[in-house]
Amino acid sequence: MNKTTQLTGIVAPLDALNVDTDQIIPKQFLKRIERTGYGRYLFFDWRFKDDGKTPDPDFEMNAARYRDASILLAKENFGCGSSREHAPWALDDYGFRAVLAPSFADIFFNNCINNSIVPVVLPEATIERLFAEVRATEGYRLDIDLPAQTLTTPSGEKIEFTLDSFLRERLINGWDQIGLTLRHEDKITAYEQARGV
Amino acid sequence: MAENIYEKIWKAHLVHEEPGNDAIIYIDRHFIHEVTSPQAFEGLRLAGRKVRRPELTFATMDHNIPTTDRSRPIADALSRQQCETLEANCKEAGVTCFGMHHPLNGIVHVIGPELGLTQPGQTIVCGDSHTSTHGAFGALAHGIGTSEVEHVLATQTLSQRRSKTMEIRVDGTLPTGVTSKDIVLAIIGKIGTAGGTGYVIEFTGEAIRALSMEGRMTVCNMTIEAGARAGLISPDKTTLEYLHGRPYLPKDKSDEELDREWAAWASDPDCSYDTSVILDAASIEPQVTWGTSPGMVTSIKGRTPVLAEIADANERRSAQSALEYMGLGEGVPITEVRVNKVFIGSCTNSRIEDLREAAKVARGHKVNVTIDQALVVPGSHKVKEQAEAEGLDAVFREAGFEWREPGCSMCLAMNDDVLSPGDRCASTSNRNFEGRQGKGGRTHLVSPAMASAAAVTGRFTDIRSWHFK
Repeated sequence: MNKTTQLTGIVAPLDALNVDTDQIIPKQFLKRIERTGYGRYLFFDWRFKDDGKTPDPDFEMNAARYRDASILLAKENFGCGSSREHAPWALDDYGFRAVLAPSFADIFFNNCINNSIVPVVLPEATIERLFAEVRATEGYRLDIDLPAQTLTTPSGEKIEFTLDSFLRERLINGWDQIGLTLRHEDKITAYEQARGV
Repeated sequence: MAENIYEKIWKAHLVHEEPGNDAIIYIDRHFIHEVTSPQAFEGLRLAGRKVRRPELTFATMDHNIPTTDRSRPIADALSRQQCETLEANCKEAGVTCFGMHHPLNGIVHVIGPELGLTQPGQTIVCGDSHTSTHGAFGALAHGIGTSEVEHVLATQTLSQRRSKTMEIRVDGTLPTGVTSKDIVLAIIGKIGTAGGTGYVIEFTGEAIRALSMEGRMTVCNMTIEAGARAGLISPDKTTLEYLHGRPYLPKDKSDEELDREWAAWASDPDCSYDTSVILDAASIEPQVTWGTSPGMVTSIKGRTPVLAEIADANERRSAQSALEYMGLGEGVPITEVRVNKVFIGSCTNSRIEDLREAAKVARGHKVNVTIDQALVVPGSHKVKEQAEAEGLDAVFREAGFEWREPGCSMCLAMNDDVLSPGDRCASTSNRNFEGRQGKGGRTHLVSPAMASAAAVTGRFTDIRSWHFK
């Protein structure tokens, strides 16, 4: 896993409730056996017109001003539905390093952590205000400081957030979960012996 | 101290716990399929790791495989490659794989219970969100991502934070014609698609106790659609009777010993939960979704929403966009909505009881001339054999349904069973997301009986006034 302490980037808005992982990456792209190369399929059915090639101008994120975005601003229950890890793989491959939302679906949240994408939960009112600011200011950027658990807006305002300390440490240090668990391999073996499994 | 079933299973599977960190939980049963496992095996290889306990993992092919003639190789090259990769990975690791032609093959959440691989008190995971299905047996079961699949393969454990618990109690008796699918859709309608986020749900109450194991699986299956990773039902006599004689039960124990062990997992009578929700079964009507999220649901007597009546601006825009996608106006009675496709199948509703209920409705009737396609896709080879032994396939065929080979099929449309743009489908599956059954396709979630009735009449019809032949 990559190490993540500070992030800075352009913010792109995705104004929809309950964005499911079928929208983040539709099923026709799940047939590959690789972990990489999913970025071009991100939000595919929303990003492109029916020909699958022409960008749909009605999809807000397609605007030129969001082309280099690396922070996604989203709404309630982001990432619900299918457990497909192809969703964070697609977000990551497209260039997103963090997602901001009032709430995330459980499995998607874990999948983000396992792919060094920072899921930031903020109160709904803060998210709504960020939507307004992002739309009002071209090139709107946020600085994310993971150890300090703060976002800094272009005006210098600091917004606090909370991320579970264990998950935060994992992101900051780039710790792979399997490696962490295997430090306790003796306990797994002891469990198996005690339970006869 | 009185404990609920989640607390009991959690405690019994705790391998290691430190304050402030996630706990390490032992995994008794791991299911894998072709779509979410290849990258996990690749990850193991890159890190030079082995599968720790290959005999605790079972593989099946279900998402990608054709439901038509299977005598030839899969035509789609990528689908074929995924299936071949699964087979090769399993062979290398020593994992049992129920391939497409294996007599025990089927949808992962259908075969686990039917083979007795799923048992009360177990921890069960799979790279598939509908793993919650297995909770019907009083197992702690939930979906995981591919990195976690790799973690389970390497360590036979999962790193996890303890969840909060929610009791959903369904009191009273279900009216005739109202099924487990209607219960779970009504629950999602009540608590919302994020209502269960952060919780493990236990379903309790008289109406839940009265359900068969098939019915309980339907309820637990869609727990994820309410945002909860896992939904459980404490084991009881119905659970134990279903399990006796299943091929993968422990061989060294008598039925009586197993019954005693399994029954002990049930929640204690005086246990508590972090929160509770209560529904009255008598007030539940047949449900039909109208939008693009399972929470966008109403009864067969209901109408699509009137936007001006929705107070919250985000909710209003969400409903507006759903109505546009679904090609529906505001305030339209559900019984006036016509469909042109019907899908009976998926890990939610493809078990023998589901097929019996759908066949009972279809018997002696004909699929409406306005229906372009009506598919029945059994959940497994064993379900298919059982249905054929009961003559259900003949009932469906005579009515004008297509009788297919088992698989996930049109639930997620990764194979050739796909809706075309503008198609409107009465579906017994679990997700009505945009494009779920095919780009531009419109999905309405219903029970098997309601789907069968829609096939006959060409529109949503109240099953409570059905003319059974």
